[in-house]
Amino acid sequence: MDLSSASRIVLIGGGQAAAQAIQSLRMGGFEGSITLVGDEPALPYQRPPLSKAYMKGEFAEERLYFKPAAWYEDNKVDLILSTRATSLDRAARKVHLEHGAVLDYDALILCTGSRPRPLPVKGADLQGVHDLRTLADVERIRPQMVAGRRLVIIGAGYIGLEAAAVARTMGLEVTVLEMADRVLARVTSPVMSEFYEKEHRAQGATILTGTRFDHFEGKDGHVSAAVLADGTKLPADLVLVGIGILPNIELAKEAGLTIDNGIATDRDARTSDPRIFAAGDCASRPLVHYGRSGRLESVHNAIEQAKLAAAAILGKPRPAEDCPWFWSDQFDLKLQIAGLNQGYDELVVRGDPDARKFAVFYLRNGTLIAVDAVNSPPEFLASKKLIMSGAKLAPGVLKDTSTPMKDIAAAAATA
Amino acid sequence: MPKITYIDHEGNERTVEAKTGESVMETAIKNSIPGIDADCGGACACATCHVYVDTAFMDKVGEQQEMEKSMLDFAENVQENSRLSCQITVSDALDGLRVTTPESQH
Repeated sequence: MDLSSASRIVLIGGGQAAAQAIQSLRMGGFEGSITLVGDEPALPYQRPPLSKAYMKGEFAEERLYFKPAAWYEDNKVDLILSTRATSLDRAARKVHLEHGAVLDYDALILCTGSRPRPLPVKGADLQGVHDLRTLADVERIRPQMVAGRRLVIIGAGYIGLEAAAVARTMGLEVTVLEMADRVLARVTSPVMSEFYEKEHRAQGATILTGTRFDHFEGKDGHVSAAVLADGTKLPADLVLVGIGILPNIELAKEAGLTIDNGIATDRDARTSDPRIFAAGDCASRPLVHYGRSGRLESVHNAIEQAKLAAAAILGKPRPAEDCPWFWSDQFDLKLQIAGLNQGYDELVVRGDPDARKFAVFYLRNGTLIAVDAVNSPPEFLASKKLIMSGAKLAPGVLKDTSTPMKDIAAAAATA
Repeated sequence: MPKITYIDHEGNERTVEAKTGESVMETAIKNSIPGIDADCGGACACATCHVYVDTAFMDKVGEQQEMEKSMLDFAENVQENSRLSCQITVSDALDGLRVTTPESQH
């Protein structure tokens, strides 16, 4: 559908994808009205620092904002914050908001994001038990991040481990509980899991894998312990729950849009309704380098889908789709991930994990599909190119640290 | 407040006021300077905030750390005065700084 005559664009959600879409629409010359509806009170902000530098209190809230308030005024973007969209009327092209307001749209971008997966156990509603997703969460958590206090983290995913690293740096006693038999089990290989477990233990955290958590105990309404299935009690002053997220698809689903784990989109981020787009954590998209669809939870994905949606609305050529990438900061370790490692049949380690500078390559049928690079930008950046090229690689070549990654990438490009 | 001038690859200049303590990248993003993507928001994870620093300021913008150096090694059209703008912190000494953005960050 040609939307180049669209004059009213509405965005639902105020995260990374929404901020990028607005920027791309205005930079792309869109002169019509733009209205953003977000359920949080803050201006659109970056989430990654919430479990990293911002959690440590290293900088002020306004530095998280993508744009200062004046930018939205100057660019004639209406922000409706602290407000939820309650339903879509696709036939009439209207968005209904709580408190009764209604917005008309010619094009709609759903950037509804995700929410923490709830932990359905006794005591999860006690004071001192927190999710870590929003600025408001961090405002609640930070005053309790005091040296010597006992922090229990439920879930050893990236959020949990990043928070654990911050808390150890601040002098808290940290225990991480993980149901799987290793940390980061859902997202990476045993080699990486072992490296991060060892690192966190060396930094003084207690990591309990293969552990069945049962419930929380409280005292005077505040959490006092995490209780395991075998009855073990772990005293806790503060608890963070990081057991994954659920995409916010309800609005789309109730409006009858096609759902496929997330809100299903095509390569232009367009949903099953040609006037409605979806971007970010809430959307499922074609993963063009992998020949399948999937939902990605990352900054890069949010930015890219937002750019795709803006280009489609403006009738501009589709921007190039990059290989998916991610990062995680823990202690002084920068992990950069390129690609998606699901289905790898060969694993190659380059460098020495004990030197805290190494990379793990994932191959399938001799082709690189992903890399986890720890303090190793060349391995990360070269792999992005290699993954997109689909070049065949000999494992011995990747392993050989005497050949720079640049040369390996160049050789593969000409092979 | 220190002023920074951003020059795009076609020579268009934009001068903005910067806040001490923020980065040259953040200043650009908050002022919608074209030519700087900064996808990772300043984590030194993406190498999409590459700029060329006016040579008169090269000794004032600080030393490159190892991470930045190896990231830049993979950027397009790297020069002697290439830097990642997320790694340059604005200070009063940088008042009048001029940086040029490359044609592409990818």
